Amino acid sequence: MEDDAPVIYGLEFQARALTSQTAESDAIRFLVGTQSLKFDNQIHIIDFDDENNIISKSVLQHQAGEIWHISASPADKAVLTTCYNKTSESRVVTCGAVWRMPPEWESGSHESPDDPHNSHNPQNLELLCHLDNSSHGNASCVLWEPMGDGKCVISLADNHALLWDLTESSTQATISSSATLEGKGQLKFTAGKWSPHHNCTQLATANDTAIRGWDLRTMSQIYCIENAHGQLVRDLDFNPNKQYYLASCGDDCKVKFWDVRNINEPVKNLEEHSHWVWSVRYNHSHDQLVLTGSSDSRVILSNMVSISSEPFGHLVDDDDLSDAEDNHQDEKTKEPLQDSIISTYEEHEDSVYAVEWSSADPWLFASLSYDGRLVINRVPRALKYHILL
Amino acid sequence: MTVRVHGMLKLYYGLNEEGKTVDQAESMDPCDINGPHFDPEVYLNKLRRECSLGELMDQESCMVKQIRSLDSDMQTLVYENYNKFISATDTIRKMKNDFKKMEDEMDCLSTNMASITDFSARISGTLQDQHAQITKLSGVHTLLRKLQFLFELPARLNKCLELQAYAQAVSSHRRARCVLQQYRHMPSFRGIQDDCHAIMDKLAQELRQKFRDGGSSAKDLSECVELLLQLDEPAEELCDKFLSHAQSRLEADLLGLEAETDILEFIDRGCNEFVSSLCLVIASYQELFVNRPQEGELASKNIPQMAIGKLHAFVDALATRYFSLVERRIQEEKSVGDNSLLVRALDRFHRRLQAVAKLLPGSAVPSQGTEIVVRAARERIKQYLAALQSFYLNSLTDVRQALAAPRLGGSSAGELLSTLSASILNQIKSVLASVHLFTAKDITFSNKPYFKGEFCSHGVRESLVVNFIKFVCQSSRQFCESAGDRGGSTPPALLLLLSRLCLDYETSSITYILTLTDEQFLVQHHSPVTAVTALCGEAREAAQKLLNHYVKVQGLIISQMLRKSVETRDWVNTIEPRNVRAVMKRVVEDTTSIDVQVGLLYEEGVRKAHSSDSSKRTFSVYSSSRQQTRYAPSYTPSAPMDTNLLSNIHKLFSERVEIFSPVEFNKVSVLTGIIKISLKTFLECVRLRTFGRYGLQQIQVDCHYLQMYLWRFVSDENLVHFLLDEIVGSTAHRCLDPAPMEQSVIEVICERG
Repeated sequence: MEDDAPVIYGLEFQARALTSQTAESDAIRFLVGTQSLKFDNQIHIIDFDDENNIISKSVLQHQAGEIWHISASPADKAVLTTCYNKTSESRVVTCGAVWRMPPEWESGSHESPDDPHNSHNPQNLELLCHLDNSSHGNASCVLWEPMGDGKCVISLADNHALLWDLTESSTQATISSSATLEGKGQLKFTAGKWSPHHNCTQLATANDTAIRGWDLRTMSQIYCIENAHGQLVRDLDFNPNKQYYLASCGDDCKVKFWDVRNINEPVKNLEEHSHWVWSVRYNHSHDQLVLTGSSDSRVILSNMVSISSEPFGHLVDDDDLSDAEDNHQDEKTKEPLQDSIISTYEEHEDSVYAVEWSSADPWLFASLSYDGRLVINRVPRALKYHILL
Repeated sequence: MTVRVHGMLKLYYGLNEEGKTVDQAESMDPCDINGPHFDPEVYLNKLRRECSLGELMDQESCMVKQIRSLDSDMQTLVYENYNKFISATDTIRKMKNDFKKMEDEMDCLSTNMASITDFSARISGTLQDQHAQITKLSGVHTLLRKLQFLFELPARLNKCLELQAYAQAVSSHRRARCVLQQYRHMPSFRGIQDDCHAIMDKLAQELRQKFRDGGSSAKDLSECVELLLQLDEPAEELCDKFLSHAQSRLEADLLGLEAETDILEFIDRGCNEFVSSLCLVIASYQELFVNRPQEGELASKNIPQMAIGKLHAFVDALATRYFSLVERRIQEEKSVGDNSLLVRALDRFHRRLQAVAKLLPGSAVPSQGTEIVVRAARERIKQYLAALQSFYLNSLTDVRQALAAPRLGGSSAGELLSTLSASILNQIKSVLASVHLFTAKDITFSNKPYFKGEFCSHGVRESLVVNFIKFVCQSSRQFCESAGDRGGSTPPALLLLLSRLCLDYETSSITYILTLTDEQFLVQHHSPVTAVTALCGEAREAAQKLLNHYVKVQGLIISQMLRKSVETRDWVNTIEPRNVRAVMKRVVEDTTSIDVQVGLLYEEGVRKAHSSDSSKRTFSVYSSSRQQTRYAPSYTPSAPMDTNLLSNIHKLFSERVEIFSPVEFNKVSVLTGIIKISLKTFLECVRLRTFGRYGLQQIQVDCHYLQMYLWRFVSDENLVHFLLDEIVGSTAHRCLDPAPMEQSVIEVICERG
């Protein structure tokens, strides 16, 4: 049962922004936004053919500026948001915008990536609307309402969290409510995540070393984990299956798992990276699988089974088993499984700033390092079968 | 002459014994004048024939002479014999007269005797009847006396009762008892018996009362018990009463024990009052119930067995209460200052219980006592461990204060370390000495198997020494964990010092301490004990963790400075660099002071050979060009076709730079770690910013400055080069207008700074 070798794709530019196409549930597709100050930035649409192990790409021009964050609409495959740097004469401003991919990109996507035509004449993204927040500062990220209809986004700009309503086929954005983080010094949100639980009424944000929870109905803070990390918190993710569980990572090289009902102590600590951890992602289906990317150029896949929604392994339906087998199974599964590091992926040579699970295939994930290298990996088969069977 | 005369007489009487030989020798010679066959004729003829006249004459005169002498002899003999014969005749005659007289008297005597016998026979015949009567009378008399005794018995008993001569009463009653029992069918006897019973009941009552009153002495008591036993009092009840009586007194002793202050005094009092009373009770009880000679029906009741059983239960119950008191008191003994007091107290306690053991073999009391001692010893070890731990923590607080206080001398860290480790070692030694008292030869319980084996190996070695060392390691590790999350409350210098302490422990101290312990306690390891190597491993792990953490904390401090300096500046609109930024100078200063700090505690370590002018290296900055595909940069003119490509190739083939990687126990490695962390932070921060032309130039200047000073601290200067290259490269990449500064200008600015 040999695992497939990782598939590597190189971009011409440095890149930090990676997302999977959330609304796409059939094709394995990732979106990467590049960072270049000198050239037009691009969004690479990367399709992965799982059976043939082949990558095909399409490139869309993103002329507005270098992309710091990218996020795909959960409802419309073609809609996405970016946070990008806009440099005017002496000012660098980070803006947010909603874009639509031109409808033709898909037709050209099956051409060979080496086709000069494709790379020389990339199509442009169609701007739907700006998330105009000039009064609120630089946008650090834009979050779509999870599992929503693509009408709500939140943008985090400096110390503001802005809830936008997208109307008129997303061509108009209006701020429906906002929250402001007050405190000493220059506070700035570094990361955020919209919780898929509680009817999508909660938001978690990170600023400096603290993690805060917000109730979107009242736009007020519900909890605050001060000093969640020794240093800056870089990323957050909600456990998709356990509503109070939250993972965070940061500059103290740690990944921490929190139960937000008890914020004094993390439920679990992981300290496997040897430098800052920039990204943490729960697997969408099997929340024991946690993916982290770090500036030590490594991607680590961990099996946090003890705090997952399946602490005793996959629960087998009783009907499927005879009684004797059932008992046997019971004995075997009563023992909580051990947390472990499944694998460390070392295909990157520069800092890995983003990791993402595929929205179509729960056993597949991509990681992006600063030098523009995108690596697509799979969960080891042995583990996959262990979880499934 | 007389001989010859006698011989002749013999001859005459034919008594000559030699006669035959003479006969035979001389009979043949007829000429032998003395011979029996002498023939005078022959003799004469011979003389005549042989002798002359003269001779004949001589012969004749000689013969005449001889005849004469013979004649005179003969006459003398005859005379003598005659006289004797006469006197013999007289004597015989006289005798004859005397015998006659005697015979008469004998006759008289025999007649007298006969008459006496006759009389005597007659007398005895007459006395026969009277004698029989007298015998009968005397029998009646005895019986009457006995009867009298019986009849008087109630009165006598009453009197005895009045006089409290219980012993006499009981013995009297005992004498009469059987008789009364036997003749109880007769009404009079029954009456007596009933009276006696009534009296004896009363007596028993009184005895019991006396027994119950308790005020009486042990001797009285035992007398009481003895009497009661003789009175068929149930032994069981007596035992119970005796014991309950004793119990009240012992309980009073126990009550008196509660309010004591000094442990030794407490134990002393416990021993002197309670234990000795208990021994007394046991002894007298055994005297009374167990060891008494078994007589009569008492023997069949098997009293000793029952009594022993009761005694055991009694002693156990009381001892349990006493033990609980003692244990509570021992538990109050918390101060660890002077162990000798406690050990002495325990020794006394244990010693006194041996007396109970001797008195009452098979009792669980001494073993329970030993258990208490064992428990106390265990507790003591725990207390000492706690004391050691708190001592250690206090020492750490002291060290922390000393570190916080302004430095007086340069070598304070090293001195602090040696003071700390010396004081800990001293404390361990003093604790070992205190604990050692438990196994001193003159302590009775020291030869118990527990104190010989488990106490030494499990108690002292494992629970005390090993646990303490583990505690040191563990508390050190906690410094790493707690400080990491909550903003580094532990001063880095303390981390460094503790790391060195743990390392010293690994290399020597642990072995020393354990050897010391093993020697002092002659530990025989029956059960597996923690190996020195395991402890050393733990210490080393702790040292490593502390040092790693130190590197992390110091790296973080410098990182924070760098991060803030990068984040807070507007790099697009900055002015042309004239100086090295102050924060870089600060970084170098801090690094230097860390270098000094680490140098006090750790050795230099090895570093790779330096290139001839490490500080003079130039940086390459690649400018952008349209036709770059992927990392095929062109370079500034100052470095044609140069190091950046090499560094990229180097990056491809060299080992990955582990930023927060474990460090080695030497200065260079520590400094390398700190610098790595700092520069990596710098790199990551730079990548998050956008730079203008002068921003890039400022970074160039700063990096050159860092290069000038930092290379000397690290093991491999290429690492610094590599990271600084990356920083400048990344900056250039993030620069809107990448126009690098001339190398010479950079150098001038840096030299000036």
